Amino acid sequence: MRLLTCKETTRLVSQGLDRELAFGERVALRLHLAICIGCRRAGRQMRYLRQAVRKLAVVDVRSSR
Amino acid sequence: MPAPDDFRSQLETLRPYLLRYAGLQLRDAAAAEDCVQEALLAALAGQASFAGRSNLRTWLTGILKHKIVDAIRRQAREPALPQEGEDAADEFDALFRRNGHWAERPAGWDDPDGALEQAQFFRALEQCLERLPARTAQAFMMREHLGLETPEICKELGITPTHCWVMLYRARMTLRECLQQTWFGR
Ligand SMILES: [Zn+2]
Repeated sequence: MRLLTCKETTRLVSQGLDRELAFGERVALRLHLAICIGCRRAGRQMRYLRQAVRKLAVVDVRSSR
Repeated sequence: MPAPDDFRSQLETLRPYLLRYAGLQLRDAAAAEDCVQEALLAALAGQASFAGRSNLRTWLTGILKHKIVDAIRRQAREPALPQEGEDAADEFDALFRRNGHWAERPAGWDDPDGALEQAQFFRALEQCLERLPARTAQAFMMREHLGLETPEICKELGITPTHCWVMLYRARMTLRECLQQTWFGR
């Protein structure tokens, strides 16, 4: 199997937040993430964004402005 | 149930919050105003269904979400918003080298949970959202904020799933970079 680049990996990680990935995609992804801390961080940060944006509705950001 | 006037003034105090919330997703002050107005009217009419619920803001936000989706649907039918072409991909490519590997490896983020407790962090996040191209931001907010599934977003925005995924990917990567610069990398 061809190894994914970081660009392809981050794209797949992002799509994984929006659709069910195919088996082959998941395997390739896991393989790359196992050896690449940059992509692991990027993935963690993308999932974190989701959490943060959901909280936007709850927090009153600018009551002082 | 509070007296009608009480209820009305409680609703009014939430107007600035609602406007900001709608503005982030619609990128159009007039459309945001309309949405908020409709939501407030619906809330007044539906006061009875609020009775017993604890959080007015949450309830109101729920009403507003529906109004926002309606407005996005209307916007999508108008050709007013310029389509964001693939040309934005070039600057985005600066993140990666030609061989597809990181030009600069992302740094780890320190205390992300702590950030979620700080109003200032959300201000930084909003500023990053405002910097995104309008359609990209809209797709992103529909997905992550309104919690819609991709097929719905495609339908409302009149784009293909592939285009939708590309926009969401771009939004996430750009927001990551932006938060790195304005918050986590400080
Ligand atoms: Zn990588």
